[in-house]
Amino acid sequence: MGLLFTGGLYAVATTVNQAKADTQSFSASDVKEGEKLFLANCATCHGMGGSGTNSGPSLVGVGAAAVDFQVGTGRMPMQMQGPQAQVKPKQFTDDQTHQLAGYVASLGAGPSIPAAEYLDEKGDAAKGGELFRVNCAMCHNAAAAGGALTRGKFAPALAGVSGQHIYEAMVTGPQNMPVFNDANITPQNKRDIITFLKTIEANGSPGGADLGSLGPVSEGLFLWIAGLGVIIAFTIWLTSRTS
Amino acid sequence: MSASTASTNYTPKTKVGRITNFVDERVGGSGILREFGRKVFPDHWSFMFGEVALYSFVILLLSGTFLTFFFDPSMTETVYKGSFVPLKGVEMSAAYNSSLNISFDIRGGLFMRQVHHWAALLFVASIAVHMLRVFFTGAFRKPREMNWVVGGFLLILAMAEGFTGYSLPDDLLSGNGLRIIDGVIKSIPIVGTYISFFLFGGEFPGTHIISRLYTLHILLIPAIILLMIAVHLFMVVVHKHTQYPGPGRNDHNVVGYPLGPVYAAKAGGFFFIVFGVVALMAAAFTINPIWNYGPYDPSPVSAGTQPDWYIGFVDGALRLMPGWLFGIPMEWHVPLPWGTNTLTLNVLLPALVPAGIIFAVLFTYPWIERWITKDNREHHVLDRPRNAPTRTAIGVAGFILYCVMWAAASSDLIATHFHVSLNDVTYWLRALFFIGPIIGFIVSKRISLALQRKDREIALHGRETGRIVRLPHGEFIEVHAPVDEYKRYKLVGFESPLPLPATPNAQGVVDRREKRRAKLSRWFFEDRVAPVTPRELEAAHGHGHHEEIAAEEDKKAVIR
Repeated sequence: MGLLFTGGLYAVATTVNQAKADTQSFSASDVKEGEKLFLANCATCHGMGGSGTNSGPSLVGVGAAAVDFQVGTGRMPMQMQGPQAQVKPKQFTDDQTHQLAGYVASLGAGPSIPAAEYLDEKGDAAKGGELFRVNCAMCHNAAAAGGALTRGKFAPALAGVSGQHIYEAMVTGPQNMPVFNDANITPQNKRDIITFLKTIEANGSPGGADLGSLGPVSEGLFLWIAGLGVIIAFTIWLTSRTS
Repeated sequence: MSASTASTNYTPKTKVGRITNFVDERVGGSGILREFGRKVFPDHWSFMFGEVALYSFVILLLSGTFLTFFFDPSMTETVYKGSFVPLKGVEMSAAYNSSLNISFDIRGGLFMRQVHHWAALLFVASIAVHMLRVFFTGAFRKPREMNWVVGGFLLILAMAEGFTGYSLPDDLLSGNGLRIIDGVIKSIPIVGTYISFFLFGGEFPGTHIISRLYTLHILLIPAIILLMIAVHLFMVVVHKHTQYPGPGRNDHNVVGYPLGPVYAAKAGGFFFIVFGVVALMAAAFTINPIWNYGPYDPSPVSAGTQPDWYIGFVDGALRLMPGWLFGIPMEWHVPLPWGTNTLTLNVLLPALVPAGIIFAVLFTYPWIERWITKDNREHHVLDRPRNAPTRTAIGVAGFILYCVMWAAASSDLIATHFHVSLNDVTYWLRALFFIGPIIGFIVSKRISLALQRKDREIALHGRETGRIVRLPHGEFIEVHAPVDEYKRYKLVGFESPLPLPATPNAQGVVDRREKRRAKLSRWFFEDRVAPVTPRELEAAHGHGHHEEIAAEEDKKAVIR
């Protein structure tokens, strides 16, 4: 009975999610230009028509949000194969990224680029903080300073990442990140999380230099090297007369 | 006593003098001052870490008192209404709420919190460095073995004090730390669960742990620390301070400055230097930003959750331990008459065994060495670490073992910051856990012996000047400048015991224990570079062609 119930809920949730897919419109020329760019830059790995090859996954149904995130942050085209695509300077202009997104969105329904109303950073920071600690902090660190995953993979630090990219990452689950769809975290709650991240970023560190927000390790390292170093220098100075 | 009889004949002329004399006649202050003011302390920078620890403790008492005025050690749920926006309206415990208020709404509160925390890190760090100094210079030898043990207790107490303090703010980070402690306690066979329930007053986290830790943190542990410090310092006064070897220094004297007035002034000034350094760090560098972590809730765990540095080695050991070993699970289900109990060796072993070994060796080492060397004399002159190669090597091996576990506590940060795989970091550290101490032992022992050889060389032939001279018959030689007597004393004036062979006991029997001791003694002392004897020195300096003769003497003296 309980299984049926949760299963039913899940079915409802997924249809809710699909129903929301791709409301953004791309012009026909966007799609056409996007296809050209795709063939020239992406098809080697992702295959003709984005159907995937051994070196790259299928892009049918990943949606415009995935393209905007991966290409917009410079992760794609990938610099090299590795545990994880690394951030690097963007390879395409915003227009080209838009065209590519249009083309990939045309391949199959997927998450679209978020609406501006969710990116205004005027949500509830406290609520966002709670959601962040429960859903994100185990990989990204409570202060969003990033963290390690297995086998060379990692969760990046989130300072300096645009709200749009944060939102897109949540709905598309890039690299090793799980997907937080709209049934899991509502768009309103995603807005709260983005607000929280932007608030703590703007807040800075009230207690002085944050030492990378890495917690007790950087504090301990600082104490042993800088703190004790200065004190040793003083002890040598204080006892220098006699020897 | 003599001071009070003497002062009866003395009539002070000024008002201040009269008051002082009044007090002195009743308290005998001048006698105490005379005794202490004339106590001689040798001067060396490495002797000052104990002082740093003491001063950090004073800073901790001062800043901690401030914090108790505003901290509320209660786990009652409240809603945050303070001025830190990202937490406004969040439900949290009164303890976390008051910690946030100390940080944001009480004038100077954040500064005092940071002073307290930085001083705590410095307190334990200076104790650790002080103990390393004592160990490597052999200052723990008779008559100071008991004081070494007191120092060891102080280290454990400092760690306990630090950990209870770390847990008080009831933020996510400290809650995660307590959760690990809870897990470790529960891994103790059979009684673990009961101890955990007793400690937390029910299932973790319960509603009592903060107030209990608070009592320990501000009352019980500081009181014991204070008592131990008193015992420690009293023994320092009784034993007098050790000194480094040098001309005129022996086991029956202390060469240095009297406490008063210069030394006292220096020490007093040094307190303010330490305070200044801590205050500077607290003012400019944030420590434990509890507002980042949020209130404790057993469900979330943050990436990069670490304890403060002194608990790091236990956390690291837990991270290094595999859950399965050669296909055998480390978690066993043991059927017992009253039901099945779980034995989680993957938690129990790493949490208790390495720390247990390190502290057991630390506490017993003075007796182990005394047993091996049969050395029952009093030592007030320190060993230079190179002149006790095996002890130095043992210390380095232990130090490396500690450091590997310590590094393992930050394995995730090593992985992200050096762009390597977390798994590889763990594998390497696991290997180093076993190999590192052995390599460290061999390398440091060889370095010690090499440094002794260098000392020997310098004592016999002087320092290389870098001046090359061509002799009339065409030979080139480098001119060696002889070292002066003061320097030479340091190079030659040390003991280098030979291995002590097994000797029969009163019954005329060489028992097994004695044989074991002899074996250890050989292991301890067989590799040695003999100190230069006066005869060798004479020979080396008396001849024109002293190089060859000395080389031959070298061969004889250096026993491998």
